[in-house]
Amino acid sequence: MSRPRTWGRPPGEPRRVAYLYLLPAFAVYAVFLLYPIGRAVQLSLYDWDGLSLGRWVGLDNYVAIVADEGLRAAFGHALVLIVFYAAGPLVIGLGLAAILNHAKVRGLGFFRTVVFLPQVVAMVVVAVAWRRVYAPDGTLNTLLGAIGLDSLTRGWLGDYTFALPAVGVVGTWFETGLVTVLLLAGMSRIPGDLYEAARLDGAGAVREFFAVTLPSVRGEIAVALTLTVIAALRTFDLVYVTTRGGPGDSTSVPSYEVYHRAFGLSQIGSAAAIGVTLTVVIFVVSFGINRFADRRVS
Amino acid sequence: MISRGERVANYVILSVFAAFALFPIVTILSAALGPADSGGTSGLGNFTAAWQIGHFGTYLRSSLAVSSFVVVVSVVLSIMSGYAFGTMRFRGQSVLFYLFMLGIMMPSEAIAVPLYFDLRSLGLIDTFWSVALPQVALSVAFGTFWMRAYFRASSRAIVEAARIDGASTWRILWQVLVPPARPAVVTLTVLVFMWTWNEFLIPLIMVTSESLRTAPLGLAFFQGQYTSGFTLLAAGSVIVATPVVIFYLFLQRHFVRGLLQGAVRE
Repeated sequence: MSRPRTWGRPPGEPRRVAYLYLLPAFAVYAVFLLYPIGRAVQLSLYDWDGLSLGRWVGLDNYVAIVADEGLRAAFGHALVLIVFYAAGPLVIGLGLAAILNHAKVRGLGFFRTVVFLPQVVAMVVVAVAWRRVYAPDGTLNTLLGAIGLDSLTRGWLGDYTFALPAVGVVGTWFETGLVTVLLLAGMSRIPGDLYEAARLDGAGAVREFFAVTLPSVRGEIAVALTLTVIAALRTFDLVYVTTRGGPGDSTSVPSYEVYHRAFGLSQIGSAAAIGVTLTVVIFVVSFGINRFADRRVS
Repeated sequence: MISRGERVANYVILSVFAAFALFPIVTILSAALGPADSGGTSGLGNFTAAWQIGHFGTYLRSSLAVSSFVVVVSVVLSIMSGYAFGTMRFRGQSVLFYLFMLGIMMPSEAIAVPLYFDLRSLGLIDTFWSVALPQVALSVAFGTFWMRAYFRASSRAIVEAARIDGASTWRILWQVLVPPARPAVVTLTVLVFMWTWNEFLIPLIMVTSESLRTAPLGLAFFQGQYTSGFTLLAAGSVIVATPVVIFYLFLQRHFVRGLLQGAVRE
C-alpha cells in the first residue's frame, strides 16, 4: 500500500516523537522496576544484614537454595501448590465449562458471576474467611460433625500433614472460576457443525469432548495454566495471613521466604537470591507453557 | 438433545460447585451480620463497631488515594506509550517493547526488597510515593502492552486523514484515537484498580504509619490485634472487599471480556 509522498507521511513512518510518548512510562518503569531487579541481582551476590557493610559471597546464596533443606522445601511446597492452583482448577473448569457450554442451563450469568467472584476479593479477605472455615471450632469441623465424621475434625491449618493441602484448596477455590470463564469463552467460539459432525459419526458425549472440545481450547488452556501456575508460585498474602509458613515450615513458600528472610531474619542477600530465582522460574514456566501450546497448534 | 437424566446431573454438579464457591463468602457474611461474640452489637451495628475499632475509615481513604493515583497515572502513561508502540516506528522499538514485557511477569516479590533499601536511603520509606510509584511501574508494563494491542488494530485511514488535516500527533491521540478506545480504557482501569486495591506485599513492606495503611493491610493488622471473636473481623473483611466487588458487579461484562482479550492475545 504505497501512497504518493505528497499525501504526507503514512502514520507508521519513523518518528522521533515516539520517544517523547514513551519517556514518562519508561522513566517510572525503569526507576521502580528495571533498576530494582538489577539491584536484586547485585544484592543476591552479597551476605548483607541491611545495616553494616555487605560481604561479597558470589553465588553462595544461590547454592544455598539448592543445599538448604528449608529453602528446598519452600520451592517444593510451591510445586505442590501448582497441583492445587492449576491442575485441579483445570480439570474442574473443563468439566464445568463443558456443561455450561453444552447444556442450555438457566442462570448461566449468575453462575459465571458467582464462580468468578473469588478472583475479585482481596486475598487477605479470602484468607480471613478460610481461616474461619478451617478453625478448630470452624465451619468445616461443624459440617463434619453434623454428618457424623467427628473423627476427622482437627485444626486444619495447625496440622503438619493437612496445612499445605488446606492452603492449596483455597487456591483451587479462587482459581477455578477464572479457569472456567476462560475455557467457556473458548468453547463458545467452537462452531456448532463440528459437534453435529461428531454426533453423526456416532460420538458420545465423552468422545465428543476429547475429539472436538478439548483440541479447540488449547490456547485458552495455555493461558489458564500460565496465569494459575504463576499465581501458585507467587502465593504470599494467603500464607502470610493463614499460617505464616507454619506449623514448623510445612507451608513455607518462596515468596514468603523472601519476606521472612529480608524483614524477619535480616538476610537480605538470601532474600534477594530467592526473589531472583522465583522470577527466573516464572519466566521459564510461562515461556515453556506457551512454547508447548504453540507447537501443538501448528 | 440432552436427556433428562443428563440435565439433572448437570444442575446437581453446577449447584454443588456454586455452593463450594459461595461457602466461605456466606461464612463471613453470616458471621458479620450475626450477634457479636462479646455481645453488645449485632447486625449492622457490627459494621459500625468494626469501622470505629478497626479504623477502616482511615484505611479505605488511603486505599482510595493510592488506587486513584495509580489508576490515573498508569492509564495515561500506558495510553501514551501504547500509542508510540502501536502506531509509530522508531529505532530500538522491539528491544524497548521486550523490556516492557519483562515487567508483566515480574513478581513484586523480586523488586520489593531492593526497593525498600534504596527508598530507605532516600528517606522515602513510609510515604505515599513508596506505595504508589512501584505499583505504577508494575501496572504500566501491562498497560503498555494492552494499549499497544488496541492501537495496532485501530484504523490507519482515520489517523492519516487527521494528519492530512494538519493535526499534531498529540491531538490525533486524544481526539481521534482515545474516544473510540473507551472500552479498552475501561477494562484497563478496572484491572489496575483491582490489582492496586488488593496488593498486599508492597504496602506491607513500605509503610509503618497507620495513616498510610491500605485496606487489606489494615485488615491483616486488625486480625493480629483483635483476637476476641470473629464477628468484627468478619465485618471488617466485608468492608474491605465491598468496593472492589461493587466495581466488579457493575463492570463485569467489560471486565471479563477484557480479561479474555488480553489473555488470549498474549
